[in-house]
Amino acid sequence: MSVAPAGRPPASAESAAALGLAPLLTTPRARPGWLVLPARVGAMCLVELQKLRHDRTELYTRAVQPALWLLIFGETFTRIRAIPTGGVPYLDYLAPGIIAQSAMFIAIFYGIMIIWERDSGVLTKLLVTPTPRAALVTGKAFAAGVKSLMQAAVVLVLATLLGVSLTWNPLRLLGVAAAVLLASAFFSCLSMSIAGIVLTRDRLMGVGQAITMPLFFGSNALYPVDVMPDWLRVVSAVNPLSYQVDALRGLLLGTPSHLLLDFLVLLAAAAAGITAASCLLGRLAR
Amino acid sequence: MTLDPVTPDPVTTVTVTPAPLTTGTMTPGTTGTGAVPTGAVPTGAVPTGAVAPDAVSCHGLRYSFGRTRAVDGVDLTVASGEVFGLLGPNGAGKTTAIRCLTTLLPVPPGTVRVFGHDAARERMAVRRMIGYVPQQLSADSSLTGRENVALFARLFDVRRRERAERVALALEAVGLANAADRMVGTYSGGMIRRLELAQALVSAPRLLMLDEPTIGLDPIARTGVWEHITAIRAATGMTVLVTTHYMDEADQYCDRVALMHAGRVQALDTPERLKAALRDRRGDDAAPTLEDVFRDVVGGDLDASEEGGDFRDVRRTRRTASRLG
Ligand SMILES: Nc1ncnc2c1ncn2[C@@H]1O[C@H](COP(=O)(O)OP(=O)(O)OP(=O)(O)O)[C@@H](O)[C@H]1O
Ligand SMILES: [Mg+2]
Repeated sequence: MSVAPAGRPPASAESAAALGLAPLLTTPRARPGWLVLPARVGAMCLVELQKLRHDRTELYTRAVQPALWLLIFGETFTRIRAIPTGGVPYLDYLAPGIIAQSAMFIAIFYGIMIIWERDSGVLTKLLVTPTPRAALVTGKAFAAGVKSLMQAAVVLVLATLLGVSLTWNPLRLLGVAAAVLLASAFFSCLSMSIAGIVLTRDRLMGVGQAITMPLFFGSNALYPVDVMPDWLRVVSAVNPLSYQVDALRGLLLGTPSHLLLDFLVLLAAAAAGITAASCLLGRLAR
Repeated sequence: MTLDPVTPDPVTTVTVTPAPLTTGTMTPGTTGTGAVPTGAVPTGAVPTGAVAPDAVSCHGLRYSFGRTRAVDGVDLTVASGEVFGLLGPNGAGKTTAIRCLTTLLPVPPGTVRVFGHDAARERMAVRRMIGYVPQQLSADSSLTGRENVALFARLFDVRRRERAERVALALEAVGLANAADRMVGTYSGGMIRRLELAQALVSAPRLLMLDEPTIGLDPIARTGVWEHITAIRAATGMTVLVTTHYMDEADQYCDRVALMHAGRVQALDTPERLKAALRDRRGDDAAPTLEDVFRDVVGGDLDASEEGGDFRDVRRTRRTASRLG
């Protein structure tokens, strides 16, 4: 018995050259470990920007809700003067809260995209690239942050048009961007973690709806912590949204705030969120 | 018995210590493939050279979803450079097996090796060597073709200097150069499949894993996809592991095929020898097709079995087909 060799004629360099594939023959060198994370985050954020470039409708439709909040709620309560804001016009007081809220809404439904990617096979393929899960989740978290950032910019412009005098100091705006990025990293990881638990889009929608309002009302976005009943103060104290709003107010309006604490909490929350989502991502891979 | 060693891959010469689990030295009578020789179908002997490790070797691979034993003890080796077909009815466990090989599903250390790298211990090394096209159409429809390929170039650490060129070449290799800047949402099913091929190619993998690359495609698109696969393989010498339901494709394009059923490999050999073996067994002159072999191995079982092609499998197949439009 003679055994036939496996495979058809082996490839030769000429045949590759004939197809013009030569540059496709070398496997790319791995990046040094510390560069993997920034490279993946960059790749994911770029994809998000490309998607926004192709289809801007989301950017516009999502501007409607914050506009209504500012226009109706903000203008009305400015007149009523029911909420003690420490001397700031209520509309000004509200603007940072609405920036934070609209950024959070985007992030908290980001998990839906993960579930869509899982069902369509996109996630499967991402998981087979040389990307550690934590890097993948971090990439996605910051990609959600890019979307939130766009949204924040839109609301910022809206608020300015409505006559809110916000800072244009570039350093402060950089701080605003950082706070928005960190907070949406947390909220999108929360969303991805829930996605990893519930696994279907409908259930995630349900959970998302159920938690956004408590997170919003249980924060200092609409009113100061001082006017809250005690139990709500507890909610607010463990709610990263409150720290984000506090930081945004401090940076945009110059009102007294606890910037160091705010950023520490946001950093810790983002790190915890990334860890949790990385652990739960495996469930989506199965 | 003459053993022609498999020509080592001339393109990517990565020295890897031979896997201790592979049958490095062959004694006459042993089979190079670890396939379970069930039934009367003889398993093919493929020589494994000590120089080039097998592209894939898996031993006693099992995976269960709850109580469903999707893969139930699979042994097989895919030699470097061959086109290996994994065939089997709906629910046979083909996708699950592939997902184990790609590190998507966790496997115990020592069961799966890809070019000598353990899929449990060296995940990143394994992932760098494979290009994977899943069963569903997995290109992102809200990006252009070029952006889809560029994303994978980035994720596989293709440096900025060569990225644009590589992406363009990969798109050209699958005949999508002209449609590269269109949104993928406007692509036909065959184009999406070819785009996915480009996504897998851009990182120069040594092993291409294609899960039903022609599912839901019309005959012309099917031929198109296969022509690109064969041309690319001829040019790059990469190993191809492919699953399919189409026996004619397997017969025409695969060097060796494994017939899977109920989570096990029931037969493994070159299509020619599988057919010859069936003819010998039947003892008639009519030349059997690979489909006859398939029926012979799993057919009788299929009608009786409740598990094969359950709702889930059919639904997933439909979903892929419907995304194809
Ligand atoms: N994620 C999952 N959860 C639970 N069961 C699963 C899952 N994926 C697959 N199965 C089950 O495992 C078995 C093998 O499925 P698998 O998808 O590997 O088959 P297949 O050979 O690829 O089938 P097809 O030809 O339909 O693609 C089936 O019984 C299937 O129902
Ligand atoms: Mg399958």
